[in-house]
Amino acid sequence: MKAAPFEYSRAADIDEACAWLAADDGARVIAGGQTLVPMMAMRLARPTRLIDINRIAALSYIKEQGDGVAIGATTRQCVVERDRLVADKLPLLARAIPHIGHAATRARGTVGGSLANADPAAEISLIAATLDATVSYRAGGKTADIPARDFHVGAIVTTLPEGACLTAVRFPVWQGKVGTAFHEVNARASDFAFVAAAAQLELADGKCKRIAIGVGAATDHPIRLHSAERQLTGSALAPEAVRRAVEEALAGVETLDDLHASAAYRRRVASVLAARAVADALADAQGKTTNAH
Amino acid sequence: MSATGRHRYVSTDRRVREDRRFVAGKGRFVADVELPHMKHVAVVTCPHAAARIGKIDKRTALAMPGVHYVLDGAELAVATLPLMTGLDTPNVPRRPLALDIARYSGEWVAAVVADSRALAEDAAEAVEIEYAPLPFVLDAEAALEKGSPLVHEAHGSNVLLDRTFVWGEVERDFAASPRKLALRVKWGRSSTVPIETFGVVASWDPWRDMLDVHASIQMPRFADQIGIALKIPATSVRVHHDVDVGGSYGVKRGIKHAVLCGYLSRRLGFPVRLIEDRLENMRGGDAHGPERLFDVEVAFDDAGIVRSMKMRALENVGAYAGRSPFQLGKPIGAIVGPYRIASVQYRAIAVVTNKTTQDAVRGFGQGPTNLALERAMDEVANALGLDPLELRRRNLIRRDEFPYLIPSGTTYDSGNYETVIDKVLANTGYKELTAERDRLRREGKLAGIGIAACLEPSGGNATFEALLNPAITTSTFMDSCRINIDGLGAITATMHTTSSGQGHETLVGTVVGEVLQVDPESVRVTRPDSLNSLPSGTPVGSRMAIMLGGAAFHAAQKLKAKLTAIGAHDLGIPLERAVYDQGSVHDRSAPQNKRGWADLVNIAFRNYHRMPAGFEPGLAVEHIYQVPTGGVLPGKDGRVQMYPCFSFEFHLLLIAIDPDLGRPQIMRYRLGHDCGTQINPKIVRGMTMGGIAHGIGAALYEEFAYNEEGQLIAQSFMDYLLPSSHEVPAVDIVDHETPSPHTVLGQKGSGESGYLGAPAAVANAINDAIRPLGISVNTVPIKVSKLGDLIAQARERNAR
Amino acid sequence: MRIELNVNGALHAVEVEPRTTLLDCLRELLDLKGAHAGCEHGVCGACTVLFDGVAVRSCLMFAVQAVGSAITTIEGVTPGPGELSPIQDAFCETHGMQCGYCTPAMILVAHALLADNPEPTREEIVEAISGNICRCTGYAQIVDAIALAAERMRGVNRPRSLSK
Repeated sequence: MKAAPFEYSRAADIDEACAWLAADDGARVIAGGQTLVPMMAMRLARPTRLIDINRIAALSYIKEQGDGVAIGATTRQCVVERDRLVADKLPLLARAIPHIGHAATRARGTVGGSLANADPAAEISLIAATLDATVSYRAGGKTADIPARDFHVGAIVTTLPEGACLTAVRFPVWQGKVGTAFHEVNARASDFAFVAAAAQLELADGKCKRIAIGVGAATDHPIRLHSAERQLTGSALAPEAVRRAVEEALAGVETLDDLHASAAYRRRVASVLAARAVADALADAQGKTTNAH
Repeated sequence: MSATGRHRYVSTDRRVREDRRFVAGKGRFVADVELPHMKHVAVVTCPHAAARIGKIDKRTALAMPGVHYVLDGAELAVATLPLMTGLDTPNVPRRPLALDIARYSGEWVAAVVADSRALAEDAAEAVEIEYAPLPFVLDAEAALEKGSPLVHEAHGSNVLLDRTFVWGEVERDFAASPRKLALRVKWGRSSTVPIETFGVVASWDPWRDMLDVHASIQMPRFADQIGIALKIPATSVRVHHDVDVGGSYGVKRGIKHAVLCGYLSRRLGFPVRLIEDRLENMRGGDAHGPERLFDVEVAFDDAGIVRSMKMRALENVGAYAGRSPFQLGKPIGAIVGPYRIASVQYRAIAVVTNKTTQDAVRGFGQGPTNLALERAMDEVANALGLDPLELRRRNLIRRDEFPYLIPSGTTYDSGNYETVIDKVLANTGYKELTAERDRLRREGKLAGIGIAACLEPSGGNATFEALLNPAITTSTFMDSCRINIDGLGAITATMHTTSSGQGHETLVGTVVGEVLQVDPESVRVTRPDSLNSLPSGTPVGSRMAIMLGGAAFHAAQKLKAKLTAIGAHDLGIPLERAVYDQGSVHDRSAPQNKRGWADLVNIAFRNYHRMPAGFEPGLAVEHIYQVPTGGVLPGKDGRVQMYPCFSFEFHLLLIAIDPDLGRPQIMRYRLGHDCGTQINPKIVRGMTMGGIAHGIGAALYEEFAYNEEGQLIAQSFMDYLLPSSHEVPAVDIVDHETPSPHTVLGQKGSGESGYLGAPAAVANAINDAIRPLGISVNTVPIKVSKLGDLIAQARERNAR
Repeated sequence: MRIELNVNGALHAVEVEPRTTLLDCLRELLDLKGAHAGCEHGVCGACTVLFDGVAVRSCLMFAVQAVGSAITTIEGVTPGPGELSPIQDAFCETHGMQCGYCTPAMILVAHALLADNPEPTREEIVEAISGNICRCTGYAQIVDAIALAAERMRGVNRPRSLSK
């Protein structure tokens, strides 16, 4: 399983990377390589040129930016995993990261790489969708943004334009009495999830002031349960109400069917995990840190 | 001293000497072997489940950089004979490269030789092959139906084997039994999947007429089969046994790879290497294992005594067959498990389909058979409202009934099943476990206790070959050891096969040290090549502790006798007065009169005038050891003694299942294990834990799954799921030793332990957990999604 | 391409294609056979090396990408010819292997773990090796080895690694 031949360039900065991309439509950017290299080994991906962006220091950062936290595209997943700012301001992301692959893949895998690859089961993608993050990219010397809801649109499909390179993702930070929870189910502990659910909510006077519920791996890209969010906003989040709202939101969603899980399983368990995530986020906001799993 | 005080070195907690090189990364695996001018092979595989092979256009490939040759099936078929088959099926030939017709997706159709593996892969993509797809069949039952596509037209059907055996008064026993039940159990296609794939380097020397073969091999008669296929004498084939094998557990047969590379080396004049990459391995290499459908019927009474059993085992062998159909025959030697079932009808059917050819897998069919048997026993318990453990107790062969003759003609050597079970329960109260299960149930989980009481036949007396193919008359199954003490008194012992982690060098050193009463570390153990070897059956059938241990023991005894005789003669005393003690010989009546090791060696090597009359000089001995209880062929009634020794394992585990997710978690795992005398406890524990891990994989995660187009969809480790450290729980192992009367030290085999019973125990635990919902599952692997859906459907039904 | 790699503390110049993985470069060009190919798609972990002290899959990196980082292989943590480190010796003591194919990788993972966490719990050891598949041992004796190594190393008066 040796990759097909390719040319290799190291980009000194992002514009150089984009120039290489623009010059050759068979060229691809490589960051952590944890997904790209296996595909190349199986000859499912055959770039003519790999543009290595790993050493572009300017793309590796975690910092506050406006009312959010911005993470540079080549920031390693393991760095995010240990970061204090993330733990403090983006607790939902902090919960999700340890579920990505194994320590050895998180040591190399990047935030940008995961987003750009857009696997249906990608945890970072799910969190980006759940928190209405904004993805930034660079192309032809210009930077532009795509909201997460418009970014990951299909299985391994994003709306990143041709020749563009993802540069950062910015997650809004919620203030107030915030609780988060993340659940996923898979065959083995570190596999691609069959279904994942993320929930973040803000409590005020014991009621839900604001809530975001995302479901990943059940469909070809992460989805939000908007109708459930609307129904549950302002409520006390009673378990039965949560369960019904989540089920209604998922009715009619066409779930994936493959070797690992049936469509029926995914729909049913999406409901279960989303409800559990909401319950656990509520407990988290109330100061009881339990996780139903 | 060992725990029992019986032995000096055997059963003591000794390090495994092989470990030292492995921790430094200094093992010598086949991919580490580099020969000058060596070239590399990549194979071209068929993308269709079945297809007629048309034109093969090699021109583009041959013009690519570094490419030396492109070999196709037609050329290879002219130059070689088809590979060995076990059954008498001349119209089902198998070859390294497909000839005229490719019969499974992934089958090897052409081979490219290039300067590097990467260049060979580049060129392999450029070989253009015309295929005309043919009808195909994937399911074993469909392959039996009239009108099914035939995998091998000339054979006339898809059936390679269909034999029914009736041992005892089955119909009478069924008629006389007040109760019967029937169930269907399916063992999904899985295997042991070593982390190292199969690899071979073949190098032909035309000046010595010698084909040197370095391979990651675990198979008997490897050199023979290469020679036969290549039409050269087996003495022109030299297999290097000192290659370290990165795990095999049965599957590494390597014969098509070795014939392919051997031919290429002879043809092209340089060494040729093929290391399967993981895709080649999973789709068409040495990888697949049994896929078996059981229909079991048992006849029993109201007390739960199982009197008789009918079993039909239908095996999906894949598109070709070598030895693998015999995996239906080996379980005959333990067909009633540890139970007193009086009569058995067994029908073994092997069919070909357009799936990858299966190889031998750890246990050689015993694991799947134990699953079927143990599921049946649990269902008998369930039908009667009896505790499954109590049901086992009522049926187990009792300690005073050994040696015990089972209906199919094998005698079990020894056993003490009740004591092993009691030991496990003393460690973990069954009541406590039941209480924990009930607590989990109250918390809303599904929870179940699973048990399995299984036998591990060991010793490798493979009379199932003759039983299933009357043209085979093999009753010799042997292993050997040669020991030489050199002129300065250093000891070297030899073993004559490869080793894949079982610690055989340590085994030989320990046994020789035990007999000669010298430190095992002082015994050098080597693995000479096949031309310098005595016969060996290789590590199959859980035989090496018994057979290699036996050969080493007897050789060492011969040496000890020779040393004693030399000492007695030189002391001028009758032999009966001579005492051998830790390398010296002294006079029992006058212990101060002795000859030390150096003296004895000196006499043997340099003082022929002091040697007893008629003795050969030097100190070299060998022993070729025939398998205990062997040497008898099957009778007309299809009854025969198979393996000589029977280890026993009792699994007890507690599983919790999240009912909404269908995801099982093993909460507690206890194992009682009795393999007789343990020559090296560290090795035995390791093999057992590894076997349990394999078993958990087969029960819950692993499957070579195909889609309807006949494509293998689990073709990488992303889809064929191997248990990691998270999936294998801590296991409490309780040992017991019921020695075998047949073996030199009372040892039985343990190479397959854990694997043979774990899937049954896991399946039983899951069934215990879901039984309150009125459902059962009898197919492994029991995947999360399937279990989840099953539970959801049952809850829906129960709600209505 | 001609590149220079820092392997086991020494610089080595090699001639590689861009597509040559770090694994193949170590094995074929630098004669460091301790890293093994098990799957070549990043799942089994048999190819593990330390990359600036962190365990990574060498089959998922092209050699050209490794320029500028410190690579440590099993050969680099072996003290000398015939000598074993405390971790290696602990693996021998508990028989934390059988065929030896996954062993160098497991040992490197142990090194990285114990450098970071000298008193790991059993759960932490299980988690640390969960990205490395072993088909022989069922993991029990490997976990025992790492726990034993940790215990022994805690009892020894030696400097703790300051680098990550």
